[in-house]
Amino acid sequence: MISPRYHREIPQRYRLEAGKCKQCGNISFPPRLVCPKCKSKSFETVQLGREGKILTFTIIRVGPDKFSKETPYVVAIIELNDGVRLTAQVSDCDVDKVAIGDKVKLVFRKIQDEGKSGLHCYGYKAVLT
Amino acid sequence: MLNEMKSRFAGKDVAVIGVGMTKFGELWKKSLRDIFVEASLKAIENSGVDHIDSMYVGTMSGGLFVGQEHIGAVMADYLGVAPIPATRVESACASGGAAFRQAYFEVASGHSEIVLAGGVEKMTDGADVTEALAAAADQEYEVYNGITFPGLYAMIARAHMHQYKTTREQLAHVAVKNHKNGSMNPNAQFRSPVTLEQVMKATMVADPLRLLDCSPVSDGGAAVIVCSVDYAKKLKKPYVKVVASAQASDTIALHSRESLTALKCVSVAADKAYKQAGLKPSDINFAEVHDCFTIAEIVVTEDLGFFEKGLGGAAAENGSTAIGGKIPINTSGGLKSKGHPVGATGVAQIIELYEQLTGNSGERQVKNAKYGLAQNMGGSGASCIIHILEAV
Repeated sequence: MISPRYHREIPQRYRLEAGKCKQCGNISFPPRLVCPKCKSKSFETVQLGREGKILTFTIIRVGPDKFSKETPYVVAIIELNDGVRLTAQVSDCDVDKVAIGDKVKLVFRKIQDEGKSGLHCYGYKAVLT
Repeated sequence: MLNEMKSRFAGKDVAVIGVGMTKFGELWKKSLRDIFVEASLKAIENSGVDHIDSMYVGTMSGGLFVGQEHIGAVMADYLGVAPIPATRVESACASGGAAFRQAYFEVASGHSEIVLAGGVEKMTDGADVTEALAAAADQEYEVYNGITFPGLYAMIARAHMHQYKTTREQLAHVAVKNHKNGSMNPNAQFRSPVTLEQVMKATMVADPLRLLDCSPVSDGGAAVIVCSVDYAKKLKKPYVKVVASAQASDTIALHSRESLTALKCVSVAADKAYKQAGLKPSDINFAEVHDCFTIAEIVVTEDLGFFEKGLGGAAAENGSTAIGGKIPINTSGGLKSKGHPVGATGVAQIIELYEQLTGNSGERQVKNAKYGLAQNMGGSGASCIIHILEAV
């Protein structure tokens, strides 16, 4: 059984659901209760586009225990085409060939395992396009 | 404008009258509470006070590192000062600075006469340190996806190198300088100088940051005694005056910041601190800054206004931040060489300011120092606490 903590984040992690402020149009990902730009509390749910570019990145060589079998892996800050920024792994690539400005697309992937029973947890990773 | 800002602060003038710390490092024989009590007893003895009215303890994560919470009560109990009020203060890596700021407020407000501000962390008792530290980032949207703290600062470093042409060598110069300073500090974890070549060839942790770009995993405690300037004068002990205390926050996730190459929490807090003290960056004679990673010192020295944006790397390379340079940075060795027992760090920075401003820093003494600044930062820059102290 998945945990409530994991279940809560599924709309964001699986479907990239964000909150678009009805007053100023700013998009918050994940959704918030207060718009950080205009302080409005009124939002509509929108789905983010999956394409964007790498603003900066690192190659994790020493990972936390949970990810230690996956090193080396790339983690990047990605700006999606609609302006939203997020942190994601860059998958299926030669880690030494990733560069700032590379175009990427977010795909649905397994991210980690939760708890001692090792439940699979999913979300988004980026791949180079 | 400056006078207007100063006049808004109506509290008592606040002083630091005594300091104490443990050696920083892998203190296998000492527990979390032993470390805190040792530092606090030294501070109380050093100040000459016969009691304290209240205490604050900065700790990032007693819970994750050793499974102990309720740190205020634990420490008051083992320091033998119960039933005085004792409060644990947490702002990730800025917990120590936050504890000092609370003590400052309590004295400035006139609520208490003598307050102890301490910080402590016990990181070597077997916890997954990388995972525990990562709790200071956005658990659901950064850490979930596999980022680490070295990784977050590595992304800042790569963005800074891309935007300002900061070089890998310039990052290494920060480590070389701080190890040199730390070699002169008897309380430092690493008293060994390192060469540029050693830093450049150290094991890669998170590109472009290598092992010697990272502050170490440390145990340690630090404490200071805070009272009003009026009370300090009565004690006839050396004291330094706190002329500014400022704090700011920013988004918890690095990816949500306005800029990936500037730390807004630092520039906002610095602006407030300079206004409160009626000073400019060029009035500051030396500073302790939060060099959890070499890139942090470069970005912070820019955002404190010591160097133009983009020139922090060059400043480290050309000696401007060395002892004897334009503005000595991290004369204690910084987090890099002195060690970074997370909750203790912000208080240990205040101790270095006190020692420098009272002329007790031995071979790493900054000559004729009147104003010292301490900058303590939480997470990847989601919180920042700045204090300015003045020699009297």
